[in-house]
Amino acid sequence: MKARLLWPLGIFIVLVVFLAIGLKLDPREVPSPLVGKPAPEFSAPALMEPDRVIRKQDMLGKVWMLNVFASWCVACREEHPLMVAYARTSGAVPVIGLNYKDKREDGKAWLSQLGNPYTDIVFDLDGRIGINFGVYGVPETFIIDKAGVIRYKQIGPITPEALRDKIEPLLRQLNA
Amino acid sequence: MLKLNLRHAWLCLFLVLGVGVVQAKEAESAAANPEIEARMMTLATELRCLVCQNQTIADSHADLAVDLRQQIREMLATGKTENEIRDYMVQRYGDFVLYKPPFKASTAVLWIGPAVLLVLALTLLGLMLRKRQRLSDDAFDPEPEADPNTPNKA
Amino acid sequence: MIPEIGHLLLIMALGVALAQGVVSLTGAQRENGAWMALSRPLAWVQFVLVALSFACLTASFVQLDFSVLYVASNSNTDLPLAYRIAGVWGGHEGSLLLWMLMLNVWSVAVAAFSRSLPAVFVSRILGVLGLVAVGFLLFTLITSNPFERLLPAALEGRDLNPLLQDPGMVIHPPMLYMGYVGFSVAFAFAIAALLGGQLDSTWARWTRPWTTAAWIFLTFGIGLGSWWAYNELGWGGWWFWDPVENASFMPWLAGTALIHSLAVTEKRGGFKVWTVLLSIVAFSLSLLGTFLVRSGVLSSVHAFATDPRRGLFILAFLVIVIGSSLVLYAWRAPKVGLGQRFGLVSKESMLLVNNMLLIVAAAAVLLGTLYPLFLDAMGMGKISVGAPYFETVFGLLMVPVMFAMGIGPLVRWKQDEIGGVARRLRFALPIALAAALLVGWSAGRISLVATGGLTLAFWIVASIGVDLVERLRPVGQQTNVIARMRLLPRAMVGMMVAHFGVAAFAFGVAMVKTYEIENDVKMGADTTTELAGYNFRMIDLHEVQGPNYKAVQGQIEVSRDGKLIATLQPEKRIYRVQTNPMTEAAVDSNLLRDIYVSMGEQLPNGDWIVRVQYKPFIYWIWNGCLIMMLGGVLALSDRRYRQRKSSTAELPAQSLSSGAAV
Repeated sequence: MKARLLWPLGIFIVLVVFLAIGLKLDPREVPSPLVGKPAPEFSAPALMEPDRVIRKQDMLGKVWMLNVFASWCVACREEHPLMVAYARTSGAVPVIGLNYKDKREDGKAWLSQLGNPYTDIVFDLDGRIGINFGVYGVPETFIIDKAGVIRYKQIGPITPEALRDKIEPLLRQLNA
Repeated sequence: MLKLNLRHAWLCLFLVLGVGVVQAKEAESAAANPEIEARMMTLATELRCLVCQNQTIADSHADLAVDLRQQIREMLATGKTENEIRDYMVQRYGDFVLYKPPFKASTAVLWIGPAVLLVLALTLLGLMLRKRQRLSDDAFDPEPEADPNTPNKA
Repeated sequence: MIPEIGHLLLIMALGVALAQGVVSLTGAQRENGAWMALSRPLAWVQFVLVALSFACLTASFVQLDFSVLYVASNSNTDLPLAYRIAGVWGGHEGSLLLWMLMLNVWSVAVAAFSRSLPAVFVSRILGVLGLVAVGFLLFTLITSNPFERLLPAALEGRDLNPLLQDPGMVIHPPMLYMGYVGFSVAFAFAIAALLGGQLDSTWARWTRPWTTAAWIFLTFGIGLGSWWAYNELGWGGWWFWDPVENASFMPWLAGTALIHSLAVTEKRGGFKVWTVLLSIVAFSLSLLGTFLVRSGVLSSVHAFATDPRRGLFILAFLVIVIGSSLVLYAWRAPKVGLGQRFGLVSKESMLLVNNMLLIVAAAAVLLGTLYPLFLDAMGMGKISVGAPYFETVFGLLMVPVMFAMGIGPLVRWKQDEIGGVARRLRFALPIALAAALLVGWSAGRISLVATGGLTLAFWIVASIGVDLVERLRPVGQQTNVIARMRLLPRAMVGMMVAHFGVAAFAFGVAMVKTYEIENDVKMGADTTTELAGYNFRMIDLHEVQGPNYKAVQGQIEVSRDGKLIATLQPEKRIYRVQTNPMTEAAVDSNLLRDIYVSMGEQLPNGDWIVRVQYKPFIYWIWNGCLIMMLGGVLALSDRRYRQRKSSTAELPAQSLSSGAAV
């Protein structure tokens, strides 16, 4: 058997290996390029008190999470009980909510119905803050360290596994 | 009482028609600034809508796409260049958002690959044909009597 | 009951297909006449079983049996009958059944039209087709059963995707699948030849019409898909380099290479090994396309609802079919001879160049389509590869292809010399360039890229002209041009026509991409706008009621120089069930241009944003596809394929002197 004739088979096998790996990947999941970079500056009104402004600088020196949610988002409903439960645990880091492209009244009503785990909530009416954070779907959650650098992004709802295996260990490490 | 005569009738007719013509108004451009709009759309055809199944943000009706188109309009209006806007998008969404992959080490094979394949294929072909020229006639099938180029050639 | 019968029929078909595969191949290997004689009847039985199963699914759709999960997911009470039938192939499971049906149509066609082929050969071909059928039937029955019940039955169906409720959708998938699946015949012929050890010009002559037929259907399917997207999607695009589109384009490129390669094998016995490899590659690309569309590995607007388990099954199938055929190829290919000798400058060499270029083009498309997957799999991040990449790379690769198309047909078989060819073509290039510049100038603007594309298109036409003039030149007594035209073999005329189709296609693409104009305007009742010398006047907007949708329809009068040309009625539809708004564009077409009007969003004051587009010569893109198909049909109808059963001894002599210089 001439080696030359085995080339097509060889190329095919390499292709199959890649395709097999591809079956486990999600082509639409986009990892964030902002991980490891400073979180974008923002300064926006609070959801509850429109006159008060929340800024990124307010959170410097603390490890915190930014949870992007909206009253019109179905997956957020699934995630929310987890956030509420987390906020009650001892040693939980502050979670700031980003109410993304929502109506003030709808956002407030949603929280009063489902519970409010947030230490504060930023109201992002036109979604600009979301764009700056590279948000493309809701819910998304960012972990930000004491220096204001994004260390982790959760795409989609936080699952118990993600909380246990990725988020909590990282938070412990950052707070150490 | 007004005396209606033919001239009045023509005048009325003209007035009615004139009003009719005036009513058909010229449609305004949908965009506030057509030039910026054109530049925005050209750029938008190169950017990917992240919440869609493989569509550009020019074609998509998704909220995020509409928001990003608006963002681009505003950035162009403040004088940003197309390259600066692309960088802006890549900073937030990664290279995934560009339909024209940037040329870097990881995409070198992608961009140069086809040219390399072409050169390789033609080179191998040339070498193979040369090698065949040197073979004796026994390696080939015998020639038939008829000229393969008949019958339509002289 | 009907769904259960349909399901049972598929299970029976699986048994028959298995028998067909095993009995036919074993029979051929052992030269057992009785077993070989079973191959044709078994193919027919399988066809009947699958066709009846397909009929059962169709019946479930027509009767709107919502207790069948697949029917409930793809239809609705208000869905018109035509789209109920089209709904059969609107989703993954049903489209697989369509694949099976097409495979069986081709199999019985082979069974019916192969009387002049040796029994051993036919047996092997039907055996291979039977085994392919086994794979697909297993896949269908295990992971994608269209007859799965939904209990309790749904009260109402989820409706067929509104984008698919269009006449184009009714024909596009069947034609596309006829093409995809048709390459399985060329594949089966190649495997049969490798197994039996007979690989010569006779084999090529038998394979060629089947391959050409598959190629014609695939050309039709792809062209129709493009035309349908243009008319249906509402923004005037006609090709998006979407992974699923690429998945159909790659087999087409390989299939085109295969047709040309077969020409040489038939004529001169050359390229045998390469032709066999191409037959395997073309069908492999079809199967790869099936994988890409249904596995979820790539993100695409066309992708069916995905499931990694299905992806794994298809991948395993791919490994078995393609892997084993490539092993067989590597094992048996060395025994095959080189065919007749040819020089460095010859038609054979030119056709090899054509093959190389087309395969490089297919590889480039494959590279671009799969590159995001490659990088992601290696943990090197996520990128997107879209139209900007493909247009650049593919466009550049087409330059040598089109240039070679002008030269190849004029080069002589076996031996020719460059000087002679160049001399014969000395006027063609300048004429082409002049024509391109003239067209650009009369369109108002000369663009470098357009001139390049137009020059290549006209170069092909000029070359065809030179070829025709040479062949129709009076020879000796024969001075009558018409008589000499009749003497031209159909296959050669087919080649000229098909190449002209490519030139027409390239012309359309160059003109439309360079000179199209569009504008978005706000229109309400009684507003006008101008574009490219045409006047658009929105008379009014009103609501219309469709069988399963509600729409806002605009009445737009298009006129030029005061003369009314057309009344266009673009719509914005909201279907009752799947409530995403759908744009129904209104188009006025003729050979010179399309006027394309579509509605965008409604504004607060009741006006609508309307997009008007002027697209010059766009119809030449699809006319080009039709002309290519016509060329294929002409080639198929060449008299040497219409010979009745004759003894094998006569055939070789006939194939060389029957006047085919192609």
